[in-house]
Amino acid sequence: MTDSAPTATATTAAGATRDDAGGPGPLLAINNLEVIYDEVILVLRGLSMEVATGQIVALLGSNGAGKSTTMKAITGLLPTEHGETTDGTIHLRDTDITHADPAQIVRAGASLVMEGRHVFEHLTVHENLVAGGFTRPAETDDGIAEVYEYFPALEQRRDQAAGYLSGGEQQMLAIGRALMASPTLLMLDEPSLGLAPMLVEEIFAIIQRLNRDLGTTVLLVEQNARQALDIADQGYIMESGRIVLDGSAAELADNPDVKEFYLGMAEAGRKSYRDVKHYKRRKRWL
Amino acid sequence: MVSQFVQLSVIGLANGAIFALAALGFALIYKSTGVINFAQGDFLSVGAYALYAGVATFGLHWSLGMLLAIAVAVVLALLVERLLLRPMIGESSIAVIMVTIGLSSMLQAVLLMLFGNAPRRMPRILPGGSIDLLGATIPVNRLVAIAIAAVVLGLFTVFFQRSRWGVAMRAVADDQPAALTMGISVPRVFAMAWALAGVSAVVGGLLVAELVGVSGTVAEFGLIVFPVVILGGLDSIKGTMVGGAVIGLLVQYTAGYVGGGLQQVIPFVVLVLILLVRPYGLFGEVRIERV
Repeated sequence: MTDSAPTATATTAAGATRDDAGGPGPLLAINNLEVIYDEVILVLRGLSMEVATGQIVALLGSNGAGKSTTMKAITGLLPTEHGETTDGTIHLRDTDITHADPAQIVRAGASLVMEGRHVFEHLTVHENLVAGGFTRPAETDDGIAEVYEYFPALEQRRDQAAGYLSGGEQQMLAIGRALMASPTLLMLDEPSLGLAPMLVEEIFAIIQRLNRDLGTTVLLVEQNARQALDIADQGYIMESGRIVLDGSAAELADNPDVKEFYLGMAEAGRKSYRDVKHYKRRKRWL
Repeated sequence: MVSQFVQLSVIGLANGAIFALAALGFALIYKSTGVINFAQGDFLSVGAYALYAGVATFGLHWSLGMLLAIAVAVVLALLVERLLLRPMIGESSIAVIMVTIGLSSMLQAVLLMLFGNAPRRMPRILPGGSIDLLGATIPVNRLVAIAIAAVVLGLFTVFFQRSRWGVAMRAVADDQPAALTMGISVPRVFAMAWALAGVSAVVGGLLVAELVGVSGTVAEFGLIVFPVVILGGLDSIKGTMVGGAVIGLLVQYTAGYVGGGLQQVIPFVVLVLILLVRPYGLFGEVRIERV
């Protein structure tokens, strides 16, 4: 997307490589985003990133880097937590969604699977899906049938209260519920959180399938960097509210800094934890 | 003996129907918006007086009178939600309760201004007369009142189980941030909860006007809402039905078999007992805990 000059400059300034070689413009473009909580706490300081259509993009970073805040900014949830976008823009295709409300953003095609699953505990599995299809009432039945195809386990539990599902099933329900809005951009905030390794693999395989079969573009926020980079096309690494590194998933997985900080592979054997800490404190990107 | 029991039962259930409709509005608002509405009894008064104004003052047919009353109650409920309670979102629940108590006094005062203190005679809407049931003489309008409440509560139940907006309202009650990410408009759900509470207040008002009469004492039903919803569970429609019926019957049986004014106290004895034994009521949502 090269429709506006500020877009281009802001992106370059933040050091993000542009990746629109021949293809259509990015599905999601965030430029120089600044988010403040409670009018004083600056959480995002000039974040810029792009998600190209059809890709799986991983957004990585340590605790408190601002990954979840980025998700909330995109989906319009900041006002519910006394947060506010004070600068920058978010575009979904050509639509400016910087200050749109959550319902408008869902209708524009961006759905979020929240961190910690957030299923409607007292509603049945079926009712959860009905609620997920709120913006598309005409397609509810077809949508539910499709979700059950991807998640057969959910169909067996369709009349059970979602609160009683296992963690893995709840995560599947949360993803299925988001799919009910038939999003072009599916955002997942820590889908592996609190799940057994085998389940994590299953969930990631499903994310890949959704991306392949439905052509859904995926923005994946993860602490589990290795697994995320495994299925991603592109990756961004966040620190202290901005992007510090980005590139193809393969490049990132090979980057020595990423290896050390996010994949837990030190180059020269195991150092004492204390050294690592000192080293980390000294060495920061930027 | 039997005839007295039947009579007490029917009258108890008819009163219970009013309790249930008043409690329904309360539960709707509490469940969706988390507001404890102390003005619920006054909404019942507004419904009753609006109906009275339509039918007696303007001489409308009762069906038009109902529509007018529903329109008045819904508009009032929406205004209250938009102007008084939406700005209070995020404030402490005590502050919100104070607002609804203030609202209650204001509504009482306005009704007093408009209609004065004297009880009003409401033209009959429900069929009069009485029938013989197991040796007891039962006024027909009581039976109709019970039927009306059953139908209205049934419709509300179906609405919440089956309709898209009903499910959306329950979703908002369950997890507001998640509902937002589904594109459900929370403010609209709040408005809808208040509007529906207004509708149930008008139906309740109709029954009050018919069975008790239109006067300033209608608002006293607001107080008995608490034993009903505490017994049934604060956020359950099924609970309001059962709670209404149980309290209605209990009051009548106490009046008939024990007497001595104990019937006035008994609902609140139940309230205290339930709070001690089962604070979430018979059908209230128990927090789901997975292990």
